[in-house]
Amino acid sequence: MNNFKKTIFSVLFSLLIIGNVNADKIKIGTEGAYPPWNSKNEAGKLIGFEVELAYTLCRYIGQQCVIVEQDWDGMIPALIMRKFDAIMAGMSITAERQKAISFSQGYADEVASLAVMKGSSLEGLDTPAGINLTKPNSDAKKALKTLTGALAGKTVCVQTATIHQNFLDSGDVGKVNVRTYKTQDEVNLDLASGRCDAALAAAVAFSDYAEKSGKPVVLTGPTFSGGAFGNGVGVGIRKDDAELLNAFNKAIDKARKNGDISRIATKWFGFDASM
Amino acid sequence: MVNSLPKLLSAAFITLKLLSVSLIIGLFIGLFFAILRLNKNIFINKFAYGYSYVFRGTPLLVQIFIIYFGLGQIEYLRSTVLWVILKEPYWCAIIAFALNTGAYTSEILRSAFQTIKPGIVEAGKSLGISNRVIFYKIQIPIAIRQSLPAYGNEIILMMKGTSLASTVTIMDLTGVAKYIISTTFKPIEVFIVAGGIYLFMTFIIHNLIKYLEKKYSFN
Repeated sequence: MNNFKKTIFSVLFSLLIIGNVNADKIKIGTEGAYPPWNSKNEAGKLIGFEVELAYTLCRYIGQQCVIVEQDWDGMIPALIMRKFDAIMAGMSITAERQKAISFSQGYADEVASLAVMKGSSLEGLDTPAGINLTKPNSDAKKALKTLTGALAGKTVCVQTATIHQNFLDSGDVGKVNVRTYKTQDEVNLDLASGRCDAALAAAVAFSDYAEKSGKPVVLTGPTFSGGAFGNGVGVGIRKDDAELLNAFNKAIDKARKNGDISRIATKWFGFDASM
Repeated sequence: MVNSLPKLLSAAFITLKLLSVSLIIGLFIGLFFAILRLNKNIFINKFAYGYSYVFRGTPLLVQIFIIYFGLGQIEYLRSTVLWVILKEPYWCAIIAFALNTGAYTSEILRSAFQTIKPGIVEAGKSLGISNRVIFYKIQIPIAIRQSLPAYGNEIILMMKGTSLASTVTIMDLTGVAKYIISTTFKPIEVFIVAGGIYLFMTFIIHNLIKYLEKKYSFN
């Protein structure tokens, strides 16, 4: 019996030690389902722009990192509950999210766009190529008016808890029928099946899907930035973790100066999405 | 927290609507397949058994996904009239829930039919009552009474199962709870309120079944 107890204790003790090995590593949460930002390869390994960038930033910080997977809709709660220490998941810096967490400076930016299936009545809308919603000029206002008319009564699909959902909920394009999905993959599936009249997400998410699936998905309307779409993508960090925030900001500075961010962005996006 | 309550309560009505519609359809499916199960013809019998085996043997989530995302991928189907129904997430969820609860209900009713003592049927026959009348007026009422406790359980399981509707974009109680969390980032508080509403619905269903059991008890 004594031996048995000893065995149990030693097993438990060694588990404690193993558990603590990860203690001084920075844990970074990502979704693994939003290519080319972050995704998984056939083997189930996390890949993508942010995965590669995360390891680069950690080298500059001088600490080891572990990247953990987390569903998008629980990303911020999981950070607050200390399941990991930082978010790198294509998360745009918005005022709404800043109420709950801090963000590092932005490391990359993307534009959002509507996508439809080829042949849709929403294809080829008469709008400027891109609009910025931070201080909308007359062109942007006119484009929003065009969109309001075109999208009235249509079903527009977005991933839940995203800037794209916030934009549609804001009423800037009137009352559209918003349908929310857990992942961008599911949005793409329902866009292709015809359940969605249009979908709204990062433009690169659609071009990536069109390329990989061969489905005739086309972008339409203007590309969106600013306003509800936030100011670039940054590292999300708990508000009480000023030290880590500082470390990431410095690492991003260094990585930008050395051209690492541009290099990795060009590799994954096909263009330089760094900022 | 407090201002999320009205939103959650109105979402609870969607949950109740999903539950009641699929239970009504499921009850008919269940009764139909329970009768097939009692058929002496081996093919009919095996067909009914196969249905309940498949739907009881696979997760409800998988069934919803196959009906919603799976069928949506078949291009041919999208050109047929069926697409009018399958296009809507609401009907896809109803179809999945009804087929699922129908499978369980058929098993509950089958075992209830089989527990009816042969003497009761024979007593009817000796009084010269036709087989049809015996079935509708004696066997079905007894079977329903016998299956009440098990069926009450099934209703509660199904009520919780409707939370999966949120995975196919339906804004039911769970769907709205997730939506509120996505803007407030407070999962614990919101899920506790949503869980409380589910618990309250269980309380109502439980007591309703208890009342029916008492009302139709044999003693």
